[in-house]
Amino acid sequence: MEKNYYVCTGCGMLCDDIEVESEKNIINKVYTACRIGVAHMKDGKESAVFRVDNKPVDEATAISEAVAILKNAKNPLIFGLGTCSDETQELAIELARKTSANLDDTSSYCLGKVIEALLNNKFKACTLDDVRNKADVSIFWGSDPSDSHPRHLSKHSYFPRGTEKQRGWEEERTAIAIDVRKSHTAKICGNYFFQIPPGGDKEFIDALIAALAGKLPKTSYNFPPKRILELANILKGAKFGVIFVGLGLIYSLEDLEPLIQLMNALNEKSNFHLVPMVVHYNMRGFNENLFKETGYVNSVKFEDGTVKHGPEYSIVESLKAKTVDAALIIGSDPLSSLPRSISKNLLEIPTIVIDPCETLISKKAKVYISTAISGVESGGSATRMDGVKVDFKPVIETKRPSDEAVLKKIMEAL
Amino acid sequence: MTNAMELYQLLPKTNCKKCGKASCMAFAVALMARELTPEDCPPLKEEPKYKESYEKINELFKPAEGATETGLIVHEDLCFGCGNCVVACPPNVANDPYGVGSGNAPRNVGKLVLTVQDGIVRAQNLVECRRFGKNKILCNACIVTCPVEAIEFV
Repeated sequence: MEKNYYVCTGCGMLCDDIEVESEKNIINKVYTACRIGVAHMKDGKESAVFRVDNKPVDEATAISEAVAILKNAKNPLIFGLGTCSDETQELAIELARKTSANLDDTSSYCLGKVIEALLNNKFKACTLDDVRNKADVSIFWGSDPSDSHPRHLSKHSYFPRGTEKQRGWEEERTAIAIDVRKSHTAKICGNYFFQIPPGGDKEFIDALIAALAGKLPKTSYNFPPKRILELANILKGAKFGVIFVGLGLIYSLEDLEPLIQLMNALNEKSNFHLVPMVVHYNMRGFNENLFKETGYVNSVKFEDGTVKHGPEYSIVESLKAKTVDAALIIGSDPLSSLPRSISKNLLEIPTIVIDPCETLISKKAKVYISTAISGVESGGSATRMDGVKVDFKPVIETKRPSDEAVLKKIMEAL
Repeated sequence: MTNAMELYQLLPKTNCKKCGKASCMAFAVALMARELTPEDCPPLKEEPKYKESYEKINELFKPAEGATETGLIVHEDLCFGCGNCVVACPPNVANDPYGVGSGNAPRNVGKLVLTVQDGIVRAQNLVECRRFGKNKILCNACIVTCPVEAIEFV
């Protein structure tokens, strides 16, 4: 019997094997999904909320107020979109073009650099299905999938049997964790957990490259050279290795040069790939869509038909310098993810928030429109952390409009 | 958990045979194997002088309440549904190699020992568990793969 599977949009893994029991548009039971996915899927609500200045209004008033804010703004900021479908993101890019906006997403302070390098073919990439079928060595560097992507190890990277890995994790796979703390993932890796001090990643990379070349690895924090040599030996023998790069590694490096050197050194001796541990389910999709349109992955400014790019157009820098005079925030909450010294500047400008959830910023917004949860109450397509396109359909119906529909209405009114 | 000798120390040690066993030591072994319960010893249950011992023994068996027949307990407050145990469990893999054995959704739910429902792992079909029955072995695949120690055997 062919079962009806849904896609979970709770994180960047986009698990496509979720079974759901629902009745009268309420989800009662979710099978196979992790707790993050279950909480995400059960968060659906029946009716929409539209607010202006924290007072409930009807849809038309909220949209016309949003349009007025965008019309009056000289340099609006459009931000978020990591939890929106490809279709919504394309509309948002068009809207940014139309309103000469500053467009950015969470990847400017997340994994944007890595995805840009991947799109420019600076790293050898592979899909998560390749990982399941072939990988024998998985390195979790500065990432803790057990907490951020709970099914990562069980669905792809360590435990499952794959076409070329029939005997399972105990005999044919090695999981290695390199992190500053003994995370839940590190616990599973057991003896292959390498604890380094915060900021020690670059030195560890240099030491590992030295060890791969047969030299004595040295670090200023006296990491036992024997253990680095042992790690280098495992990596040399890998037939299909993968590094899962997390924010812990990226925040600790000034640029990606050490990582590129390490990948080159590894690929001289064996066969290594890189997969970014994207958290928001379609952040990679936004990067790819914007890259296709403009050649940049984030932090762009549209002006008179041209596109400008630079760190000064990222949300952090533009808020710091107060160059933006309005904000449209879609499916994100800068107040809880950015430092207060920067995010508080958002409170000085009129903001429009389009989000399925009540967040800190939605409570402070001039206009708030609650939308359908993408992937639960509305369908579309998205890009998984490894670059694979996944289409998804809604699980239940709701009266709430999708973010795509709201953006379309704003576009028409403009 | 304790051993049979410790249980024996708490018993009346009169070898009265009211429980149907030949001696109190035999009763202690039967308790250990969960063939009998502390209530099956009438003097222990009824006579006031053994009250303290009776409470102690019940205390020892308390963690086993709520446990399944193989002694498996899932701490639902700790489990977050990663499914590592589901994919690592040997009977699960043997009974459903292309479903859970390959990291996918279950295709043969009727034969699986562990499944994830509502983000928490559930134990079922314990006859399939390698810790069950005559030829049981001390398999620990679900324990060692759990990042948060949410599975325990008592």
